[in-house]
Parts: sequence; structure tokens; C-alpha cells
Amino acid sequence: MRDSVWKILRFLRPLIAVSAGLAAGLLVTALAGENPLHVLAILGRSAFGSRYDFGMTLFYATPLIFTGLSVALAFHAGLFNIGAEGQLTLGALAAATVGICFPGVPAVIAPFLAGLAAFAAGALWGAIPGWLRARRGSHEVINTIMMNFIAVGLSSWVTLYLLKNPDSQNPETQAVAPSYLIKHLDFFGDAPLSIALFVALAAVVAIWIFLSKSTRGFELRSVGQSEGAARAAGISVGRMQILAMALAGGLAGLVGVSEVLGNATRFKVGFSPEYGFMGIAVALLGRSRPLGVLGAALLFGALHKGTADLDMETENITRDLSLILQGLVILSVAADGLWAWLDRRRSP
Amino acid sequence: MSENLDTILQIAGSTLRLATPLLFAALGGLISERAGVVNIALEGLMLVGAFVAAAVAYATHSPVAGAGAAMLAGGLFASFYALFVVKLRADQIVAGTAINMLAAGVTPFLCKIFFQSTSSSAALPMDSRFVSAPLYGAWIFVIAVAFGLGFTPWGAWVRFAGEHPEALDSAGVRVNRVRWMAVILSGFLAGLGGATLSIFLSSSFSRNMTSGRGFMALAALIFGKWRPWPTAFACLLFGLADAFQIRLQGVVLWGSDPVPVQFIQILPYFVTILVLAGVMGGSRAPKALGQPFLKH
Repeated sequence: MRDSVWKILRFLRPLIAVSAGLAAGLLVTALAGENPLHVLAILGRSAFGSRYDFGMTLFYATPLIFTGLSVALAFHAGLFNIGAEGQLTLGALAAATVGICFPGVPAVIAPFLAGLAAFAAGALWGAIPGWLRARRGSHEVINTIMMNFIAVGLSSWVTLYLLKNPDSQNPETQAVAPSYLIKHLDFFGDAPLSIALFVALAAVVAIWIFLSKSTRGFELRSVGQSEGAARAAGISVGRMQILAMALAGGLAGLVGVSEVLGNATRFKVGFSPEYGFMGIAVALLGRSRPLGVLGAALLFGALHKGTADLDMETENITRDLSLILQGLVILSVAADGLWAWLDRRRSP
Repeated sequence: MSENLDTILQIAGSTLRLATPLLFAALGGLISERAGVVNIALEGLMLVGAFVAAAVAYATHSPVAGAGAAMLAGGLFASFYALFVVKLRADQIVAGTAINMLAAGVTPFLCKIFFQSTSSSAALPMDSRFVSAPLYGAWIFVIAVAFGLGFTPWGAWVRFAGEHPEALDSAGVRVNRVRWMAVILSGFLAGLGGATLSIFLSSSFSRNMTSGRGFMALAALIFGKWRPWPTAFACLLFGLADAFQIRLQGVVLWGSDPVPVQFIQILPYFVTILVLAGVMGGSRAPKALGQPFLKH
């Protein structure tokens, strides 16, 4: 009897971790002089209060599914991809570039073409640190961070010097040709939610099949579990690391589909509220499983929508609360020793 | 001729200045990593130090008080990190990333409360800033860390905690206590490094002002093979890249237009990648780096 209760508790571990992280985050808001219950009420209402609100939650969740899958896939190969931010930046830029440079492409294939470009650009940006890790042994964490900064420089240069929108003071490109735009989901009113959500759901299924059903996926996971054992089994470890980072980058690049083709119609410098870093929290909370990533992305989408509204509705709370909450949630998920300690206490 | 000499001297001067935050942070990371704890959190610890230094220096008109407070804040944040990685055995890279996110969120949050702006703190008058002290201070710390690690019993404990924790344990020294102290020390140093960004190299805190320097410091210590002097020279190399970056802005190198600033700004990041890719072969990390110590 006690055992089954314990099993349920273990199964609920991510939920407990989220609650602990949230509670600590609300404590922070109390320190900032706000009433935590009031904050919680605003968070809930603004994330799920209406069709529009829920649509916004899903709108934020869509890129988080892509970046969460990206980080999760790299985790499975034993790699830590902190570069999703740079990969999605170049993915979005590539989608916009194709949409601007080839306006004549018929609408049947145009979004696919732009989506492919987004995936390819992100994959390239991921494959470089993957190659550096596999062939030069340099750590992907430092390299992906550096690639993020390089992506910012490169994308602002392309935006300002090559594709600048002449009618705007903002650093943004011209709009893509109308044939590239994908369908808006009108059910959610003015929320800029598009069928990119279904692309994200398809990616969840695809990655699930890849990881659990395909030979390549099995090889990739075995590299993550033990490089030595994988090498002994004849798997090319380096090649799998490059493949994992390229796929991870491609997934992050697909944010270009939801952002450029589904929302802004163009590339805007700095459009991402750090979706790439949120993807780390999403992947960890979802324990790197595709379905887990989906659930965690919805949760963080809701939190992001909620904190954006808190920024407007309260005196002292800014949208940075979202980052604080993510940090705290990651820490409470990652505290393995805490769970082991609870485990030990249970056994006599 | 003398114009060229001037240019060289100017670049040398700004190399030394721009290397100071990296030196402090890299020395901190070095102590932590030699004790066996990866410190990806350097970036966040620096950011916290940068904010606290600016806020305290603004309130007290004393750069020394600002730097002291930054040190303590860095140490406090680092002990929070140590709680998770040493005591609770969380994955060090994951927890370090979380600390970085926490710092990236907490600093603008506090900045809003103290300065009514999430993007930057109020500008500091000259009397609240350092003129040159960190320039020498950093090198004094290089000497101190090199001596401490190499020639004191305490330094030997740190090295054993990172290379042979079991041996240290059987000698009766508590491995995890040594690691706690090493991580907290690295927080002190990273906090100081952050302080040099806000109250020495510039005159205010601004959002995410570390912009990857914590990671460059990590790259520097890897390039320096986890040894103090080579690490310090690696920091100078990155300082030089940064100095060139600033120097080249608006300069016409070819054709008729200056090189776009976006290309110049990515120079230090590019150099970091190249340096890491070029040297890894001969570099060896402390043996127990990244592995939590669990007494059996």
C-alpha cells in the first residue's frame, strides 16, 4: 500500500518539482511587494481565461515544442544544446530570405520550401558545434553559446544590409510573398496561432518514432548512454553526435515556420523571447521524452503568457519572472540527490 | 611611425583592461574545476556581481564597497549552486544553466525595483567607479591563485578533490567540504569579475551585460589547461580580440565603406571557437571533473 503511494509520488515527480519551483517563484513576487495569491490568479486567468488567452498560450507553446524537442534530442545523444536560440534565429532568417527572394513560388509548395530552408539553416548551425565536438573534442556548451552570439550578428547584418524593410525604422526584413503564409486558426480569435501548431505536433510524433522505433535512433541513444559501449558495438560515435546536433538544430530552426510564416510574415531582429533557453527547461521537465516535452511546452507557454500580463498588470513584476521561474523549476527537477534522499528515508 | 606606436600602445592598454573581468572569472572557474566541479554558472555569477556592484557603488559612492558587495553576492549565489551540485548531486551543467537563467531573470527584476528600469541602472559618477585598481588587482589574484594552488596544503586538497577524491577522503579530509569552499571562492572571484564590468569598464549595469564572458572565461581556462598562468595569458588573448573588435568599428579596411559593425562584434566569439578547436588535443581536464562525490 505504502509502496503504491510512493510509486505515484515518483510518477508525479515533475509536477512536484514544478510546484516547488512555482512556490519559490511566488515567494520572489512576495519579496517584490505583490500578493502571491493575486499573482497566481492573474497567471491562471491570463493563460486560460478565454479563447484568445488560451490561443496565446498555444502560440507561445508552439516554438517551445520545437526547441524543447531540439534540446531533448541532443540530451539523448549525451549532448547539451544551449544553442537552440541561435539555431532558431537562423531558421527564421532562412525562412524569411526564401520567402522574399523567390516570390513566384506557387502556394502549394511555398511554405514547404521555406520550412525546409528553416530546418536546413538550423541544422547547419547545430552541425557545426556537433562537428567541433566530434572531431576536435571541444565542448558543445561553450561552442553553442558562441554560435548564438554569432547568429545575432549575422542575422542583423543580413536584415539591415540585404533585406531591410524600407518602410520601417525597426530592424526587420521585408515581408515574405503572400503565397508563403500558412493558415491562421480563427477559432482562437486574434491570437496569432497558425497551423504551425500541427507541424509541432507532427514533430513530436516523428521524434518519438525516430527515438524509439528506428535503428538510427537506437544508435543515437546508445551513444548518449555510453560512448565506449557504443564504439565497441561498432557505432560511429562522432557521426551520431554530428547527426544529433544537426537534427537538434533543424528542429529549433522550424521555429521559423511558426514565427515567420505563421505570425510576423517577416524576420524581426530579437523576435524570440529566448525560446531557445526555455527549451532547456521544457526538455528537462519533460524528461526528454517527446510527449513530456509537449506537456512541458504547454505549461511554459502558459507561464510565459501569464508573466507577460503580470508585467502590465502589476507594479514591480516584469516578464523576467518567467526566467526566474524556469531556473527554479530546472533546479528542482535536477536535484537528483533530493529524491535519492527521500528514497533512502523511506527504506528502513 | 609614432602614430603606429600610439596605436599599438592603445590596443595593449585596452587589451589589459578588457581582460580583467575574464581574469577574475577564469581564476574562479579554475579553482572550482580543479576541485572537480564544472562551473558553467560563471556567466550568471558575473551578472549578479555586475548588478550588485553598480547598485551598491551608486548608493555608497564607494567602488570598494561595490566590489565587496559584488564578491559577497557572487559567493551567495555560488553557495546556492553548490547546494545543488555538491549536496544534492544535480547535473552540474544543467544546474549551472539554471543558475544562469536565474541570474538573467533576477538582475533586471531587481534593477526595476531599485532603478525603475529593466534595461540599465543609473549612470555612476566618476567617484563611484574604479580608475585602475582592478587592472593590478586581477594580476595579484593570478599570483595568489597560482601560489595557493601550487604551494599550500589547501591547494593540494583542492587538486586532490578534483583528481583523486577517494584518496583525499581516506586521508580524512571531507571532499565535499573542499568542493563547497572552492565553489564559493569561485563565486567571490566571478562576482568581482562582474563588478569590473559595471563599475570599471563601464559606468552602469545593463541587462545581460556579461554577454558570454563567463563562457569565454571557461574557454580560457580550458585553453590554459586548467593552470593559472596559461589561463591568464588566454584571457589576454580574448582581451586582445575584444580590443581589436572595438578598435575596428567604423574603420575602412577595403573598398569605400567601413566593415559592418555586426561582423566586427562577432570577432571575440569566433576567436573563442577557433581557440577551443585548435588546442583540445593536448588538454586534460581534472580526472573527477563533473562527478559528484558520494561517500560509500
